[in-house]
Amino acid sequence: MEDNTSYWQENIRLIFICLAIWFAVSFGLGLLLVEPLNAIRLGGYKLGFWFAQQGSIYSFLGLIFWYGAKMNKLDKKYHSEG
Amino acid sequence: MDELKLYTYIAVFGTFALYFAIAWWARAGSTSDFYVAGGGVTPLQNGMAIGADWMSAASFISMAGLIAFLGYGGSVFLMGWTGGYVLLAMLLAPYMRKHGKFTVPEFISDRYYSKTARIVAVICLIIASVTYVIGQMKGVGVAFSRFLEVDYDLGLVIGMVVVWVYAVLGGMKGITYTQIAQYCVMIFAYTIPAVFISLQLTGNPIPQLGLGSTLADGSGVYLLDKLDMVVTDLGFKEYTTANLGGTLNMFAYTMSLMIGTAGLPHVIMRFFTVPSVQAARSSAGYALVCIALLYTVAPAVGAMARFNLMNTIEPAAGENLTYAERPQWFKDWEKTGLLQFEDKNGDGKVQYTADKATNEMVKVDRDIMVLANPAIANLPNWVIALVAAGGLAAALSTAAGLLLAISSSVSHDLMKGVFTPDMSEKNELRAGRITMTIAILFAGYLGMNPPGFAAGTVALAFGLAASSIFPALMMGIFSKKMSGKAAVSGMIAGISVTMLYVFQHKGIMFIPGTTFLGDMGENWFFGISPNAFGSVGALINFAVAFAVLRVTGPAPAHIQDLVDHMRIPTGAGAAAADH
Repeated sequence: MEDNTSYWQENIRLIFICLAIWFAVSFGLGLLLVEPLNAIRLGGYKLGFWFAQQGSIYSFLGLIFWYGAKMNKLDKKYHSEG
Repeated sequence: MDELKLYTYIAVFGTFALYFAIAWWARAGSTSDFYVAGGGVTPLQNGMAIGADWMSAASFISMAGLIAFLGYGGSVFLMGWTGGYVLLAMLLAPYMRKHGKFTVPEFISDRYYSKTARIVAVICLIIASVTYVIGQMKGVGVAFSRFLEVDYDLGLVIGMVVVWVYAVLGGMKGITYTQIAQYCVMIFAYTIPAVFISLQLTGNPIPQLGLGSTLADGSGVYLLDKLDMVVTDLGFKEYTTANLGGTLNMFAYTMSLMIGTAGLPHVIMRFFTVPSVQAARSSAGYALVCIALLYTVAPAVGAMARFNLMNTIEPAAGENLTYAERPQWFKDWEKTGLLQFEDKNGDGKVQYTADKATNEMVKVDRDIMVLANPAIANLPNWVIALVAAGGLAAALSTAAGLLLAISSSVSHDLMKGVFTPDMSEKNELRAGRITMTIAILFAGYLGMNPPGFAAGTVALAFGLAASSIFPALMMGIFSKKMSGKAAVSGMIAGISVTMLYVFQHKGIMFIPGTTFLGDMGENWFFGISPNAFGSVGALINFAVAFAVLRVTGPAPAHIQDLVDHMRIPTGAGAAAADH
């Protein structure tokens, strides 16, 4: 039971980190900060526009796989059967 | 034209034959096959199936067109319809898979120990899915009538028969394997024209990079800069900064689409088909890879289509297209009424501006952009034929997934779960097939007689899922104490407020003239459009649920143990109807 509690706490901590990045790349860089970021260029893209239409999606992908890999490690640490 | 028709017949009927062959090979023998494909689908297969399930005629046909005309404002769809998968992978899918049941209402009824909760969830699910399926059936009819030049109604009937064969025969198992094939057809059909056009315009074959490159005409000007210049010269909003109703509205809109995506039952259901909790997590990742392949190409398709359209009408400033010399695709789409020209100043030339008084392109339907794109760019006929097959694959695969969600909630949740619990597996399977047949006939009827509100209802489907299903599921997993009474009150409050807001601005059941506040920006709550209101509904759902929880007390101990059990990944058997 002790183990399950700390497993869950570590999971919650990971989720918080991931959702903070999730929020930052889409709502942060792609929406709220889009105007100042648009002053920076990434080739033909304005950076804010790029985050809204490309960068956020790539970040979401990275996040899901990173979370999955981290959780697989946690599963091994606490529940060797998984 | 005849060559095009021949290629189109080959592409469309060739893919149909493939779907039938797969359906025959993967027919369902048990309720487990029928609802969750026997629980043995690998994450990559499941990812492709989710991609096909998720990407509907709206993603395939409408989204790039929306982006083409909204510019930066179109980002809400790109972020909203992909960001939901992050929420699914972290907040819902693994725990729901661990619990191991067939349907979303079944999960809700176990977690909230109440048949009322199950019935409320079934109602939310049916409203959301039926409204969605009408749009798909309409897409099937339109695609057939335009590309094969058959009657709209006949096209719809052909589509119904095709879906009926593989969905009723194969259930989730047949649908899953057919959807994998449909995903491949769809993604080829979408990316091949995009690669051609990107190569033509920028010399870079990868559309995602082409959009950020310089034009291939030797001018050294970036494509997006040129597009910004062309559209602002004509009085339109600058492409890369055009906003959609203000930052707050875009924020709420994106959030609604994200949590709506995570709450759509036909998507969640797919996570019950994988063998383990770990596979549920990676499935969400593979699903997003498959979806991102299309979604990161869409901005390039949109911007390049807009660029080509502007360039055809006005190749250089002041040198407008002469109407008598308009290209063939222009004439073809004029016939459908989706493209209309009116020579207001009588000079025989086409002026396309943002000013309503002088604009002569009186109608440019956004939905034609993806379909007309290959023709505008002068691509070979086989590419156009491929796009037709892709559009049909997108509409059929989503329709099949939704029909399964509807039939399983009726046969499994209502009949087996609430009214006749002692039904045998064989009878339940038969009931599932019969309800699916009825659902197909019903959806086909609505597709032939589309209610005037068909377009508005897709937004309603997302709003409903966002304001009712998502919060209930999330609280069920992350708040051990959350009780049935509190969750049901939250769901009812969230869904009612959202529906009320949509109806008061769009009319009761979308009937014009029944709006009681008028569909005017001034009357919007903080300027949030009805389509974006699901996120506010979700907040209300959470607030009401926690308030009621405080008053009525926590869930009983055995339910809290159930949640504890859900949170650990070990011991997840195959999804099953009984423990």
